[in-house]
Amino acid sequence: MRPILMKGHERPLTFLKYNRDGDLLFSCAKDHTPTVWFADNGERLGTYRGHNGAVWCCDVSRDSTRLITGSADQSAKLWDVQTGTQLFTFNFDSPARAVDFSVGDKLAVITTDPFMGLTSAIHVKRIASDPADQVGESVLVLKGPQGRINRAVWGPLNKTIISAGEDAVVRIWDTETGKLLQENDKDIGHKKTITSLAKSTDGSHFLTGSLDKSAKLWDSRSLTLIKTYVTERPVNAVAMSPLLNHVVLGGGQDASAVTTTDHRAGKFEAKFYDKVLQEEIGGVKGHFGPINALAFNPDGKSFSSGGEDGYVRLHHFDPDYFKIPSI
Amino acid sequence: MADVMSMDDIRAEAARLNIDLSAVDWNSVRLPPGEDFGIKSDDDDLNEEDSLEFDAGFGNIIVVDNLPVVPREKFEKLEGVVRKIYSQIGVIKENGLWMPVEEDTGKTRGYCFIEYNTPQEAELAKEKTNGYKLDRAHIFAVNMFDEIEKFMKVPDEWAPPEIKPYTPGENLQHWLTDEKGRDQFVIRAGSDTEVLWNDARQVKADPVYKRPFWTESFVQWSPLGTYLATVHRQGAAVWGGATTFNRLMRYAHPQVKLIDFSPGEKYLVTYSSHEPSNPRDTHRVVLNIFDVRTGKVMRDFKGSADEFAIGGTGGFTGVSWPVFRWGGGKEDKYFARMGKNVISVYETETFSLIDKKSIKVENVMDFSWSPTDPIFALFVPELGGGNQPARVSLFQIPSKQELRQKNLFSVNDCKMYWQSTGEYLAVKVDRYTKTKKSTYTGFELFRIKERDIPIEVFELDNKNDKVISFAWEPKGHRFGVIHGDNPRPDVSFYSVKGGKVVKLVTLKQKQANGMFWSPGGRFVILAGLKGFNGQLEFYNVDEMETMATAEHFMATDIEWDPTGRYVATSVTSVHEMENGFNIWSFNGKLLYRILKDHFFQFLWRPRPPSFLSPEKEEEILKNLKKYSKKYDVQDQDISVLLSEQDREKRKQLKEEWERWVNEWKKHHEEEKMEREMLRDGEASDVEEEYEAKEVEVEELLDVSEEIQDV
Repeated sequence: MRPILMKGHERPLTFLKYNRDGDLLFSCAKDHTPTVWFADNGERLGTYRGHNGAVWCCDVSRDSTRLITGSADQSAKLWDVQTGTQLFTFNFDSPARAVDFSVGDKLAVITTDPFMGLTSAIHVKRIASDPADQVGESVLVLKGPQGRINRAVWGPLNKTIISAGEDAVVRIWDTETGKLLQENDKDIGHKKTITSLAKSTDGSHFLTGSLDKSAKLWDSRSLTLIKTYVTERPVNAVAMSPLLNHVVLGGGQDASAVTTTDHRAGKFEAKFYDKVLQEEIGGVKGHFGPINALAFNPDGKSFSSGGEDGYVRLHHFDPDYFKIPSI
Repeated sequence: MADVMSMDDIRAEAARLNIDLSAVDWNSVRLPPGEDFGIKSDDDDLNEEDSLEFDAGFGNIIVVDNLPVVPREKFEKLEGVVRKIYSQIGVIKENGLWMPVEEDTGKTRGYCFIEYNTPQEAELAKEKTNGYKLDRAHIFAVNMFDEIEKFMKVPDEWAPPEIKPYTPGENLQHWLTDEKGRDQFVIRAGSDTEVLWNDARQVKADPVYKRPFWTESFVQWSPLGTYLATVHRQGAAVWGGATTFNRLMRYAHPQVKLIDFSPGEKYLVTYSSHEPSNPRDTHRVVLNIFDVRTGKVMRDFKGSADEFAIGGTGGFTGVSWPVFRWGGGKEDKYFARMGKNVISVYETETFSLIDKKSIKVENVMDFSWSPTDPIFALFVPELGGGNQPARVSLFQIPSKQELRQKNLFSVNDCKMYWQSTGEYLAVKVDRYTKTKKSTYTGFELFRIKERDIPIEVFELDNKNDKVISFAWEPKGHRFGVIHGDNPRPDVSFYSVKGGKVVKLVTLKQKQANGMFWSPGGRFVILAGLKGFNGQLEFYNVDEMETMATAEHFMATDIEWDPTGRYVATSVTSVHEMENGFNIWSFNGKLLYRILKDHFFQFLWRPRPPSFLSPEKEEEILKNLKKYSKKYDVQDQDISVLLSEQDREKRKQLKEEWERWVNEWKKHHEEEKMEREMLRDGEASDVEEEYEAKEVEVEELLDVSEEIQDV
């Protein structure tokens, strides 16, 4: 499995996203330019210019026409995927972080950071099918969690929003009423900041990664803790294979505390775990810094990782990978 | 004191008062404050904490008695004198000097109270001025304020002490009777201290006892494994017991920093040093020697740090620990310390100097006891610019007779290494070359048990090699040396059997800077710690072959279990990441690993020496096959059981997972219509049955035409 090294960003990667067909890969980084690549050969297709700060997160619509990005320049932008033109800008009073399109792409959830006395918030926006009709008003604003909300995604049938962040609590909100429906049990939950959250393809369960050196698998409807994967490093990024019962955890020693003695000390590996047995089955090395982003191709035959080192590494699995025995 | 009532009495009393006992909420019953109705709380920690706090309250006050009684006019003068004497010792608190006077006459009463900033200063003042002669008639009697109360309580008439009935103690050696022959270890991670069994057969650690905040700095096993010592602000404590860990004894020593057991664990030495109030002064050092079983102080030593920090490497602020080095094997008969130009040897019968005299040795730098016999070796460096040679001497105790002496020339430094049965002493000697610009290393080998103690000199093949590490094989006749200047040094093994040092083998270019012999000898781990990132090589010296090479990344510590069957390698909190430990078999197979954040300590519980005679041991060794059969069967059984359990667990996990998957499928199916609606009727759950299409792309890279001549 020889990775394809994709060098296009000048700053650490923050997020990776495949479109539904798995032919395009969108990458966000702390430089201000989200980039789109061919997911097959790693060729750079284009960039989306217009943000004026680090871009934290993105999502692409099901038909691969619209891209939404959340940025530290206190805005979230809608883009035309093909032409790279800005269609609309949602302006906020604090940096935007997580973005996610709903089922049907008519709604989007955007989280904003606590900033200058403002608390963090989750905003729900209506996305017009014609960009000319797009308005900036929020349909719903949710507040409550302490600290940054690092991820917010839609639950099954857009009835709920699942959020997680610095206060280490996973919350489920009702999108009709805006009420908090559930919080995870403190005893079994994460102990430190939740950095990442990845949904399964059918949205039935999701995986959270945390700086407490573990990742946890939850049921999306009942918020039952199903599995815990323990690792040796803070987890910055998680992904689930759509094909096999595998989960991938990425992370590493914090960039500011990285050792100068040995690159192995930081453990900047993408670790594969058996989803059911919770056992480590392998690792993919290569990054020269913590892994900040992970994404699986929807076909399950390749995955990409984005690191603090500014590289995206695209890995196509060897045939051997698919022979890994599973129960 | 109210007698404890029986439950029947309570019921009868309740019936008399018309109270329905079942309706009483016992938790709501509150005793009046300060009243316990004679029923002692079983939480003795609670009580002790209280009294300790009280102690701290007045610990910094002293009472000075036998002052002159002076009339009112002279009061100020006397106060001035007293203040002058006592402010030299420490800082007296504001309004901290109080001299009471007779109300009617205005005369002083002949005593005063002085309050210092710290209890240490008060302690020092008491020591320094108790017995101070102001003049012939007035000799100060100084006491701690806290003690006055204690003295007040002493009854005027002597009463015979109550003889407590004998209560048999627990079997403190119970852990040795483990049916599976396992060993215990203690780990300290975060605020928790935990004792575990090393259950190597089940490839896991089996918890025994865990306690948060068990110690305030570190824990330590006694040398025979009977006790676990903890260190606290108020002193040290030892713990042990048959099944769990109970506190067996406490040793009060405020601010204790270091502790050390005698090899036979009869005595415990505690050490503390106190910041001087005057920064120009040196630290004050207090050492106590306790009897471990009775908790009695056998002897205490106090003084400035200088007195306890002579010799050694020099130029450091603390003392070299242990200050007292125990000699004479497991009988704990003698202990010694080094002072300026002297070595003081004490005996434990009287806890005083042997012959009431120290041994005078000019400029002694270092000394070291034989691990088994009352013999010690000492090293004196060159004096007078090389006019007087350096020397290594062996002294016998209690005769103080010099058994052997060896003069050495142009010596830079010496290190002494005793073999564990006291048969050999190797002295590593660093000498200057002729130019005095560099040094080279040689060894002097003393054969202690042979007649007249012959000395043999030997050098490495390349005597200019720097010696990185030296280690004797425990109970054996071999030693290993890591030597070399390049980043990958060589390792050599030598045998001293047969009256001559013979080199066995040199292993070239090893990533090692430490050597760890198995307690049983024969096996050794060559470890590359620190700069080498935890390279491990398990080497069999009998067969001269490497059994395994492995790595415990970033490992900082290596410790063999007392039987030599297993090895623990750990990464302690000197590193931020990777904290935890690995357990290996003696031949380098990783058995299990446990990760713990903020990992501080890993210590195997030592075992007392075996009672088997050497003949018996030999016999067992000969018939090992016969004995091991039984254990092989057990091993087999356990491994079958384990794989059975594993299969069972996997099956269960799988079933559980499939339950989830089915439920999710059901939900997904049910919500299909709604999802379609959300997507404007796009008939679409095809996302799950994704199909990869083969797309062939032809790219024209380059076209060039070449005309070829025909």
